[in-house]
Amino acid sequence: MKKILAVDDSASMRQMVSFTLKKAGFDVTDAKDGSEALGIAKQGTFDAVISDVNMPIMDGITLIRELRALPEYKFTPMLMLTTESGLDKKTEGKAAGATGWIVKPFNPEQLLAVIKKVIR
Amino acid sequence: MSIDLSQFFEVFFEESFEGLDAMEAELLNLEPGDLDSETINTIFRAAHSIKGGSGTFGFNSVADFTHVLETLLDQIRNGERNLETIHVNLLLKSVDCLREMLGALQSEQEPDLTESNVLKAEFEIILNISHDETKESNTSVNTKSLDTYQVDFKPLHHLFKTGNEPLYLFSELADLGECSVSSDLTDLPDIHDIQPDECYIAWTFFVETHEDDNKIKEIFEWVEDDAKIEITLCGGLFEDDEPTPETTAAPEPKTTVKESNPESETVKAPTKEASNEPAKKPAKTSGESTSIRVGIDKVDSLINMVGELVITQAMLTQLGEGDMTENKQMALKEGLAQLAHNTRDLQESVMRIRMMPISFVFSRFPRLVRDISQKLNKEVELKLIGETTELDKTVMEKISDPMVHLVRNSLDHGLETPEHRIEAGKEPVGKVTLNAFHQGGNIVIEIMDDGNGLNTDKIQSKAIEKGLIHEDDSLTDDEINDLIFLPGFSTADAVSDLSGRGVGMDVVKRNIHALNGSIDVTSERGKGSTFTIRLPLTLAILDGQLVTLGKHTYIVPLISIVESLQVDLKQVNCVGGGVDVLRLRDEYIPILRLFQIFNHTGAIEELDKGLLVIVESDNQKVGLLVDDLLAQQQVVIKSLEANYQKVDGVSGATILGDGRVSLIVDISGLIKLAGLKRAGSQKLAIDNPMLEPG
Repeated sequence: MKKILAVDDSASMRQMVSFTLKKAGFDVTDAKDGSEALGIAKQGTFDAVISDVNMPIMDGITLIRELRALPEYKFTPMLMLTTESGLDKKTEGKAAGATGWIVKPFNPEQLLAVIKKVIR
Repeated sequence: MSIDLSQFFEVFFEESFEGLDAMEAELLNLEPGDLDSETINTIFRAAHSIKGGSGTFGFNSVADFTHVLETLLDQIRNGERNLETIHVNLLLKSVDCLREMLGALQSEQEPDLTESNVLKAEFEIILNISHDETKESNTSVNTKSLDTYQVDFKPLHHLFKTGNEPLYLFSELADLGECSVSSDLTDLPDIHDIQPDECYIAWTFFVETHEDDNKIKEIFEWVEDDAKIEITLCGGLFEDDEPTPETTAAPEPKTTVKESNPESETVKAPTKEASNEPAKKPAKTSGESTSIRVGIDKVDSLINMVGELVITQAMLTQLGEGDMTENKQMALKEGLAQLAHNTRDLQESVMRIRMMPISFVFSRFPRLVRDISQKLNKEVELKLIGETTELDKTVMEKISDPMVHLVRNSLDHGLETPEHRIEAGKEPVGKVTLNAFHQGGNIVIEIMDDGNGLNTDKIQSKAIEKGLIHEDDSLTDDEINDLIFLPGFSTADAVSDLSGRGVGMDVVKRNIHALNGSIDVTSERGKGSTFTIRLPLTLAILDGQLVTLGKHTYIVPLISIVESLQVDLKQVNCVGGGVDVLRLRDEYIPILRLFQIFNHTGAIEELDKGLLVIVESDNQKVGLLVDDLLAQQQVVIKSLEANYQKVDGVSGATILGDGRVSLIVDISGLIKLAGLKRAGSQKLAIDNPMLEPG
């Protein structure tokens, strides 16, 4: 089973993302901010990371940058969750090493449509 | 795959309300001009999360409204705009408005959008003035990526008749990039009803393409009038700016239009699904929440207690085996003492779970005081003491409104205007202090102001005017101050916006009484007044006085007992209506014979042989005739309504140490039951003395 790390500071979004991915057959671990996610990511390996951008303590872009610097996450797909209007964030995210992005708000079908592009 | 999103709603509401609280608190901390980036970021994040969540879960009205808040906050955060007082005020109003909207949605009602539309317009005015260019600059920044679009294509039934063949459209769509499709057959009628020339199927595509949504729109342009078409950007994958051989070749379309299994594919918009869902939970009408968050330390201590309980139980089991020796008996006694200890600890720990710091209520006040003082043109400093004092969640939810009323009163009537304060030789800034602390088994909340104090002359003349007291009554200042708690009393000269809504101090007092609490006021002219609220820590446990009535034991709430005495028959008179009254220090107290009310035989019926417990409720004192007083003890309240039915004059039941059920007397219900007219402090006309004095 493919493992996904889902990061969001909002509990409802976290639950929704986890639930959707679990139902689609992924093994999901979640974290409530970048630094928690970084700690979890260092302890295990994941096949993909999905992260919100604006979070307290450590934001999603910093998380992606930090993870990308680690040898075991050099090629791991990492998606950021961002609003359509936050295009400047997309540039930043790309520079940090993000694989792609998912538009917020999204519904479960849309989430899976994008995730399945990077992980099967 | 269809997922029921409503399962996440409760969490969403909870975190949104928390976010709004945080926003409010941070907004009040903000000083215009002096901008702390972390503060503004916290506010932004709260708005951002609410917008994201409400959009995802289909609360579009909330998402639309938060969008403008977010935009403004984002500009402030990026330094494109300075934070001004009007922004703070507008944001605070929006916080209130969002609370209302989310509250309505939580109770599964449609939110009222009048307020939010007005606010939204105000935001739009601010945003449009000097910031037309931001939109353009946003769209110009684009990062190259392979995007995924969702295309919902729901043709009207007559599609074929207009000469359109959807298959052509699909293959054109597939030319744009990799495409997956699912069909929705929910509209398909019974086979007998099918018209072969009508289109009953709707499709949802996910297309991965380098083109933008205009290209997709172009494809469907021809059928725009014959179908509902929705194109949503879902996300995308970044690509290198330098075209690599792979990506340049990418437009090579993979025309794999997969027609998937229709049964598993009922793709419905989750928003629709959520709103059509019949109400599963009973709609909550009040703001009282049904879940609590408990600190891990509290849960850990609970687990610890249970651990000890298990050890004690194991010890007692071991002692119970085999024959009883004297040594064993000693150990057994010790074990039982330990069990009692464990039980008490466990009880305390469980109670602590329901306990929350009073800061949950206190945190409302900085905002309230700010708004009211602005309206009244008074300068006020609010001081909060003892915010960590804990009390029961239910009590907390119910004490909030009375406290708001008291603080409002202090600001409106208590504190003077800055000019008056300077004249009186005080600091121009008035002080209001909220203080909470534990005292015995109670929590005490004090609301203090350093204003004018209560005007005893005004209160007295008003009370005389309303017929509450006699002109020649000589009352102490404290007694006069207590008059403000009588029903129908208000000293405000004019009905102002803040007070005088017909809710008087009597309602405050009644609410507090309903929580088994009490309220007093002390006041000094020119120096200020202090309202003191005393509340039990919890509603689940009551301090009770056990009384006997024949073979039965009743419980009288200790908080309502004034005193207990033996009746001197010389002081007893019978008034019209057949009620006996006891003359006690210038007061006439109606006597209720509990054995009559509860229909018991075998109880003491003569007044002078039993005991009279004087109790007070709703400003009325009555004497309850009982056989004897037993111990005072804490009792756990069990609801009669939940287990049996409502009984007049009884507020609940409890189980005594010997296993018998004992009823808890409801004083105000008892007074109603006995049909006593409100005596208040008015003198009763005395006739038919039972015994001539002397």
